[in-house]
Amino acid sequence: MVAHGRQCKIEGSQATARQTAELLRSVISQQRVPYTNQAGALIDAVKAVGEQLIAANPVELAVGNIVRRVLHIIREEDLSLTTAAIGELNLSAVSDDENDDDRDGNTTLSAAAVAAAARSTLRPPSLQTLLEDTPVSAAVPQTSSSGAADKSSRSRKLKHDVIEAVNELIQDIVTCHEQIAEQAVEHIHQNEVILTLGSSRTVSEFLFAAKEKKRSFRVFVAEGAPRYQGHLLAKELVARGLQTTLITDSAVFAMISRVNMVIVGAHAVMANGGVIAPVGMNLVALAAQKHAVPFVVLAGSHKLCPLYPHNPEVLLNELRSPSELLDFGEFSDCMDFGSGSGSPLLHVVNPAFDYVPPKLVSLFITDAGGHNPSYMYRLIADYYSADDLVVQRRAIAGN
Amino acid sequence: MGAQKKRAAAAAAAARVSEDPDDLARQPLQAILLADSFTTKFRPITLERPKVLLPLVNVPMINYTLAWLEAAGVAEVFVFCCAHSKQVIDYLENSEWFSQPNFTVKTIESHNIISAGDALRLIYEQNVIHGDFVLISGDTVSNMSLTQALQEHKERKKKDNNAVMTMIIKKSKPSPITRQSRLGTDELFMAIDPNTKQLLYYEDKADHSKGTICLDKMLLAENPSISLHNDKQDCYIDICSPEVLSLFTDNFDYQHLRRHFVKGLLLDDIMGYKIFTHEIHSSYAARIDNYRSYDIVSKDIIQRWTYPYVPDVKFCGNRATKLERRGICFTAFNSEIEQSRSAQVGSFTVIGYGTKIGSNSKISDSVIGEGCTIGSNVLIEGSYIWDNVIIEDGCELRHVIVCDGVIMKAGAVLKPGVVLSFKVVIGERFVVPAYSKVSLLQQPTVHDSDEELEYADNSSGTVEFSSIQGTADQSNGEMTSESSEAHKPKLGTGGVGYIWSICEGGQEEEWRHSVAPIPEDKLTELSEAMDDDQELVTQDRTALSTSGELISDSNASEGDDNEDSKDDSVYFEKEVEATFLRAVEENVKVDHVILEVNSLRLSYNMTSADCAGAVFYSMMKLAIKTPHSSASELQQNTANIITTWQKLLKSYLLEIDEEIEIILKFEEMCLESAKEFSPLFARILHILYDKDILQEDAILRWADEKEGADESDKVFVRQSEKFIQWLREASEEED
Repeated sequence: MVAHGRQCKIEGSQATARQTAELLRSVISQQRVPYTNQAGALIDAVKAVGEQLIAANPVELAVGNIVRRVLHIIREEDLSLTTAAIGELNLSAVSDDENDDDRDGNTTLSAAAVAAAARSTLRPPSLQTLLEDTPVSAAVPQTSSSGAADKSSRSRKLKHDVIEAVNELIQDIVTCHEQIAEQAVEHIHQNEVILTLGSSRTVSEFLFAAKEKKRSFRVFVAEGAPRYQGHLLAKELVARGLQTTLITDSAVFAMISRVNMVIVGAHAVMANGGVIAPVGMNLVALAAQKHAVPFVVLAGSHKLCPLYPHNPEVLLNELRSPSELLDFGEFSDCMDFGSGSGSPLLHVVNPAFDYVPPKLVSLFITDAGGHNPSYMYRLIADYYSADDLVVQRRAIAGN
Repeated sequence: MGAQKKRAAAAAAAARVSEDPDDLARQPLQAILLADSFTTKFRPITLERPKVLLPLVNVPMINYTLAWLEAAGVAEVFVFCCAHSKQVIDYLENSEWFSQPNFTVKTIESHNIISAGDALRLIYEQNVIHGDFVLISGDTVSNMSLTQALQEHKERKKKDNNAVMTMIIKKSKPSPITRQSRLGTDELFMAIDPNTKQLLYYEDKADHSKGTICLDKMLLAENPSISLHNDKQDCYIDICSPEVLSLFTDNFDYQHLRRHFVKGLLLDDIMGYKIFTHEIHSSYAARIDNYRSYDIVSKDIIQRWTYPYVPDVKFCGNRATKLERRGICFTAFNSEIEQSRSAQVGSFTVIGYGTKIGSNSKISDSVIGEGCTIGSNVLIEGSYIWDNVIIEDGCELRHVIVCDGVIMKAGAVLKPGVVLSFKVVIGERFVVPAYSKVSLLQQPTVHDSDEELEYADNSSGTVEFSSIQGTADQSNGEMTSESSEAHKPKLGTGGVGYIWSICEGGQEEEWRHSVAPIPEDKLTELSEAMDDDQELVTQDRTALSTSGELISDSNASEGDDNEDSKDDSVYFEKEVEATFLRAVEENVKVDHVILEVNSLRLSYNMTSADCAGAVFYSMMKLAIKTPHSSASELQQNTANIITTWQKLLKSYLLEIDEEIEIILKFEEMCLESAKEFSPLFARILHILYDKDILQEDAILRWADEKEGADESDKVFVRQSEKFIQWLREASEEED
């Protein structure tokens, strides 16, 4: 498996997410499905690879998210097939005079619809499922073993369906920027001043989309020390003809009173609505709160993480190289361990991320629309199944 | 500074975006990794395990190098193994490096290689390097991006075919007091052309006592501007063109990469090969050369300068660790350690998998390996403890290295700078003195300072080890008695191992290269000495200005040269002597001996007068070594030897100067090394005259020269007065 050599080499959660999904797709297609319990086998295989992937870079939460999404897809497809089969059986068993139309209609129901139906029966209904206009006609699955005759075809179908669904997921990840950007016009109004920090592709696409819709607005870009990706963003914005002002991170508070909205990207969105974002974001969020400026976070659905943050400043953080802060050669005499007590007097700490608590976030914009931080857990319940929160093989013995 | 820094960062970010992988992909980049440092700085540990497999923050060093090479876009690595090659190859075979896609690791094994030069010659013979390659040693830690350096190298190569090598350097200020870099290496002087970045001068063994370095005047004549640096650190990462290998083959006496190859190229203006430098700023690169750099690089890794090669990022099969916050600093932990609640683990500490820590123990700034057991009330400070070490209650360790399987009995104390090699046992309440090195192996007897012999010894270390380990395992008692026999102090009750006596450099130099920080008193001592020096210098200057007399620079440089050549000539003499003795023993033909001496002469750049002196010296040495009972017998022996080998000697006596040189040499011998000859001086002079080795002119001129000398110098002239008189008369008669 090519899983090992990927630590710290892919930049950005979108790329990581896409590659993870592609890798898992190939795992699934290569996995030989046994006669019984195919879903279990697939889940096992995905978990085995997923575990390694997550261990390779525990800080990149997108990897774990995608692994869980794929697991969820397998479960859903399996469930939908079972319900479909049972439904079929039930229908054929109950009476013969049921007209064929109904049967055909039932079997040709999209897997997603059936899954949604099954979900609605198994779980407290989410807002989305309630709104969806699904025929909640599927019977409650009963624990009766379905006929063995159609098992082999079913297994092949399961694998096929799962791969289809994973392809859809990959498609979603690829197009998430566009889907988020589509909503830009609803949020950015004429002559507004937008502030952002650092550089995020989601944010830049969002701003470009608004610009293309002939909105005229101004952007303040905080440079995002120590990686100064804000400089690149400013360059891109100017290239698209947007009025841009570059400021230092420390000037954010001074400028925030003139800003109408803060729009930023995120590294990950946790289940409680907290955000893991590039360092300096908490500062911006606090400033925005102080001046009652809306703080909007853009995040593709692959960034939604079903975990709750515990000690996020340390456990979900990444300490990057101190050389981003200062030149090692310049300060080499401060770093001389050879004299004194043997430990240097100068320490350089360079955390990559900040944790922004949910109460500072006004709105999340994902590819599924805008959401309140307190709604995040429901969104997450749609994407992940509760069994997969812990991706460890020994936890699935009972499956 | 801030703005500049930002620009640099932005540029780096831009470079990252525009980084074109095609360029690298066109020709797969190769690398040669020398898995042997060909030195003995890490003894006694390296007697049992090769240096590249020593754990650096719980990961064998070679993994850092390989991980970096992989990340830097190298496609194929040739690992050259020499000492303990089996261990290296076994390790690599069991690691994941052999199964990487797009990254092949191949090993080249050889046992009789004693230097980097020989290794490269062997690789050249194998004809595996096809294009530019990275030359690196297996103990280098880096995270730099090669793209830019490689690009520069290629562009230079296109313009100028003689630009064969790009050396990576990094800024690092040496300490003004100790005159060594933070990595414990000697202060390095480099002259670099600021425009082209060409390296013009490289000196790592400058003589600090003199306070001068000498540059060839031609350098200044040829290069309008030169910047002379002493704040650069050589990273020992070189990007080389394939010519480098053939250069090594052409110059078979190149051994050391820097001392011979780099300096050789810089001095040699016939071929006109050029070396360029590439300075890295924000990225990290350092080579572990001695115990001090082991300490410093470990600390750099823990402080994350080598990111992403840090303990909590998985880069090569190391177990993932997690960070914990201690105050504002971070400690790397493995998830499965047993730690007593009352134990205090301080900041910048890495603790390996499965280690147990007892109550009230204090650990700070240290690295602890896997499976260690640490008792209660133990104090560990700035130390490196490898795997499966047992430290019993109440031990104290400050700034030490403790290798695998060591057992420290209760209450033992290790003073700063101690190195305990594998499986040593320290007895109860035993205090190991500072800077001592303890090993189960006995210290090999020190050969003369001939480095090559030490190299050779290095590779035979394994054999020695296996035999001694057998005895060590038999019983502790036997071992201790053995150690007491061997005049070494015991390591307390139940202790096993030998304390090595401190070699050559002596205690004086130990502190420079040990893991312990430089003691305060040493620093004050040195700075006082430096102040004195400065006073002297200023005094000199004032003296100069008052007297108005200028000492020309050439004077100083001459002195330096003499010093150098003196060194060389000593080596040369030794070599010639060895050749000669071998010739006598093995009855080699005179012609062959002449040939061999000639090749020595070329490699040491000596004149024929030097050769004559050396040959004569060895002949006389032989004469005095042949058993004799009386002076007359000695004279007879000498006469015999001179008769047998006169042809050899004569081949170097082209002019009268050489003959005088012989007489002077003989005189010197009689005065110093071979006093037995002194009564025979005149007679042997006569023999030499008889055998036509010396002409009368030479003897007479020698006598004339000595006329004006001190009384003490005239002893031998007096002795041979009669003979000289006779010669004079004879020549007058002829006239």
